[in-house]
Amino acid sequence: MAKDILVVDNLNMHYETLEGNVMAVNNVTFSVKEGESFGLVGESGCGKSSVASTLLQLQSDNAVISSGSIKLDNQELVGMSESDLRKVRWNDISIVFQGAMNAWNPVIKIGEQIREAIREHHPSNTKKENTQKISELFKIVGLDDSIMDRYPHELSGGMKQRAVIALALSCDPKIVIADEPTTALDVVIQDQILKEIKKVQELLGLSLIYISHDIAVIAEMTDNMAVMYAGSIVEKGPTASIFSNPRHAYTRLLLESTPSVVGEKKKLRALDGEPPSLINGLEGCAFSPRCPDPSEDCSKGNLNMELIEVEDGHWADQCCVNCG
Amino acid sequence: MDNVIEVNNLIKNFDVSKGFFSRNKSLVKAVDGISFSIPKGESLGLVGQSGCGKTTTARALCLLDPKTSGDVKFYNPEADEMQNLDDLNEEQVKQFRRNTQMIFQDPYESLNPRWTIKDIILEPLNIHNIGSLENRTEAVVEILKTVGLTPPENYLPRYPHELSGGQRQRVSIARSLIMNPKFVICDEPTSMLDVSIRISIMDLMLDLAKDLQVSYLYITHDLAVARYMCNRIAVMFNGKIVEIAKTEDLLSNPIHPYTKRLISSIPVPDPKYTREKYEINFDELDEIISNNTENLPMVDVGNEHFVATHDVKDLLI
Amino acid sequence: MEIDEVKEKNLQKQLRKESLKKNWNLFSQSKLGMIGLGIVSLFLILALLQPFLFLTGIWSESIYHPVVGYDQIVEKKLVVECPKEFPTPKYQTYADCPAEGEVQKKMLYLAKDVEVGDMYDVYLQPAPPSRKHILGTDSLGRDVFSQIMEGSQVAFVLGLLSATLGVGISTILGTIAAFFGGRIDAYLMRQSDLVLMLPTLPLLFIISAFAELKIWHLAVVLGVLGGLGGSVITIKSQALQVKVKPFVDSARITGGSQRKIMFSHVLPNVAPLALLFMVFSVTGAIASESVLSFLGLLNIDMSWGLMIYLSQTDGFIFSGLEYWWLILPAGLSVTFLAGGFYLVGRGLDDVFNPRLRKR
Repeated sequence: MAKDILVVDNLNMHYETLEGNVMAVNNVTFSVKEGESFGLVGESGCGKSSVASTLLQLQSDNAVISSGSIKLDNQELVGMSESDLRKVRWNDISIVFQGAMNAWNPVIKIGEQIREAIREHHPSNTKKENTQKISELFKIVGLDDSIMDRYPHELSGGMKQRAVIALALSCDPKIVIADEPTTALDVVIQDQILKEIKKVQELLGLSLIYISHDIAVIAEMTDNMAVMYAGSIVEKGPTASIFSNPRHAYTRLLLESTPSVVGEKKKLRALDGEPPSLINGLEGCAFSPRCPDPSEDCSKGNLNMELIEVEDGHWADQCCVNCG
Repeated sequence: MDNVIEVNNLIKNFDVSKGFFSRNKSLVKAVDGISFSIPKGESLGLVGQSGCGKTTTARALCLLDPKTSGDVKFYNPEADEMQNLDDLNEEQVKQFRRNTQMIFQDPYESLNPRWTIKDIILEPLNIHNIGSLENRTEAVVEILKTVGLTPPENYLPRYPHELSGGQRQRVSIARSLIMNPKFVICDEPTSMLDVSIRISIMDLMLDLAKDLQVSYLYITHDLAVARYMCNRIAVMFNGKIVEIAKTEDLLSNPIHPYTKRLISSIPVPDPKYTREKYEINFDELDEIISNNTENLPMVDVGNEHFVATHDVKDLLI
Repeated sequence: MEIDEVKEKNLQKQLRKESLKKNWNLFSQSKLGMIGLGIVSLFLILALLQPFLFLTGIWSESIYHPVVGYDQIVEKKLVVECPKEFPTPKYQTYADCPAEGEVQKKMLYLAKDVEVGDMYDVYLQPAPPSRKHILGTDSLGRDVFSQIMEGSQVAFVLGLLSATLGVGISTILGTIAAFFGGRIDAYLMRQSDLVLMLPTLPLLFIISAFAELKIWHLAVVLGVLGGLGGSVITIKSQALQVKVKPFVDSARITGGSQRKIMFSHVLPNVAPLALLFMVFSVTGAIASESVLSFLGLLNIDMSWGLMIYLSQTDGFIFSGLEYWWLILPAGLSVTFLAGGFYLVGRGLDDVFNPRLRKR
């Protein structure tokens, strides 16, 4: 039985702004095992990127973790001092950001930037050892050694993205977070990158948290997944189980509103309205204003929002489960 | 054949020769001789990856940027005949502008942030002096209802930044369709919207196409979206159309290696589905694709399915 | 087909109010902006206060008018004659004679029939601040506080006029340059370069040598110079950015003419930047005016710079702080008002430039 690499328990985070507190992450609980690939899916504003930055404790200045715990290999990250966190970041957990292609410093060569990251955690390594390490990483992601001496602007989008993945792997982390790493790329290159990520994961036994709004990618890349809406997880469980038996209304709608190139051409369901404002928190089911089949209880508010187990390991918001 | 637009060998080159005194004229052949036509009431999807020339095509067809060469004929409903873009006099250019519109990709930048929604939608009517002032306001109200922005008085005095992305796209659609054009070019109008909102916008556009008898040239990089919106799909690569066919035919029976590669790269929202349909060695594919880049004639393989290639047998693997 | 027009108008009003409130909140976040606004408001009140005081008769024009007013401040002083050697029983040192309330006989050479021991009426000009004249009077008996208020009016008129003119010119030129490109653009850029190269003050000196500069003339000159200068380049770059936005393309596809697109679409989007420039250029205008009138090159009746000029020609500038009311109020006013406008500009920057906002 593989052990849990990352356990997030009842995480609550909000941003303090002029207009009030934006409750970005509400009672988020999930865990990722060794070697497992976990997907986090949701639309803009659902909180998935906030979760990503919180896991690395890299949030902006006005973000506050009000409660909850993040245990990385049994090490509690919430409340850790900055100097300890710096040892954990990249060494144990790293991230491939959205728009990561622009994360490169344009005046420093690629190889040098990766070396810098390694040096931070292994200051005793020689330059030769580091170069060797980078060369191995490049082989894994499918890049030529000569890329080390190139500047970012000399590389194509796909190459830069692969280099970012190499950067994320440079200190042999146990778990990597990929926050929409292929959004800006062509579908053909995206396919190649996704294949690379999968290959790397199997090769190194890495855990992966894949964050995306594209459920098709999540379907292909992940073993387990969670669906987020308005800062909370509304459904989570094994990917196959969620796709074959979605219980929450939002999950169902998400699946039914994605056009596909294969299979029969079916009429898709549309979703009206917009996600709710997260200022000062929400009462009851956040999705009820947009739910196409709300029950009487849904619109009342004051519901006990808890996840209950539908089937083995598959959890969904209890109200929706009860609605059927 | 009642076509709304006929394009023949459209070419658009960009001159990127460096330096003031340079002798070498280096040319970027953004659109390298494409041809297609769209029958009235039907929609054509133009699918390709970034840099393939689809946006350049759109801009050339709208007369935003001048084309380098090629024959483009448009149907002019007032004259009830096909007119060549090159031969238009001033009055005909105005008619052309009434009948051809474009919906843009970015909902945040395609509406003037200093104008109210009312003014934005009124503008086409004001420019072309259609109807009286009262009629114009009524028309604006009507179209707002049609695109689902009700009650209209809630939206008229607002500014774009007060609306969501989906609402802004509806305003763009309203503005484009208020003059009842026959041909609308859609440049990835839903790619910047949330996934759950895309369908409602696409359904709206489909309904309007049926009700108002509008033809779309739908530009997208997403084959799945093109499938949802269009009768026919043209696949573009490196400035050329490599394959064009009816939608279902293209997806179930792709012939050109690039089309095959495109289809097989798309992730499918079903964890049990394995994309092994086209067991293609990508290196071989790359070779075939790069070899097939001279100007190849389009070969008819039946059922209105055209592929760019010298010898079809080569590709019917 | 019927819509609730009343509802629409109400919504419109409500939205305007909300948007104003929001912008005000943003502006008030900036401490600098608020300080600047406070200073500018203070001077505006001063500027408007003076005509009010005259109209309501609280102040009598004959005494308080900044240019032609005259107030006799008379003090009776004892006429004495200072001894040649010190100390004497009455005076300890040389500095003690004449003492407070005394005046030397030999200073009164214009007076006749004055003997030592008489009480003589001395006209104190310039008079130090007193209850009647908050900031005292200048050497011609004119109330200094009134002069400050007059100067405030001049500063506002000059500043706003030249700023408006300058910004108007540079906005139109910048937009034209961005829109038409080619030779027109090249010419306008070279013109800007030329104007940038010219040093403003020496140029103003030369102009004042040829023509008599009144406040209006100065405003026009400053406005034109400012308008043709560096701001054209900045506004052009902003206009270029706007020009390639999709909504401009959309207007072209709809059939809008070049001119219409330029004025209805591009210009309004360049306006916030232009407004910012305007506020900053007021600072320069006020400062320029004070320098010019300090050098006596302007033909104006009263301004802050002129006040300092007069005190210099009367020889009071180097008297240290003894006649401080002749120099400090005017000098500080120039500094504060010019600085105040600059701070307002900084505050406005926060409103217009969302990237600079802290939250």
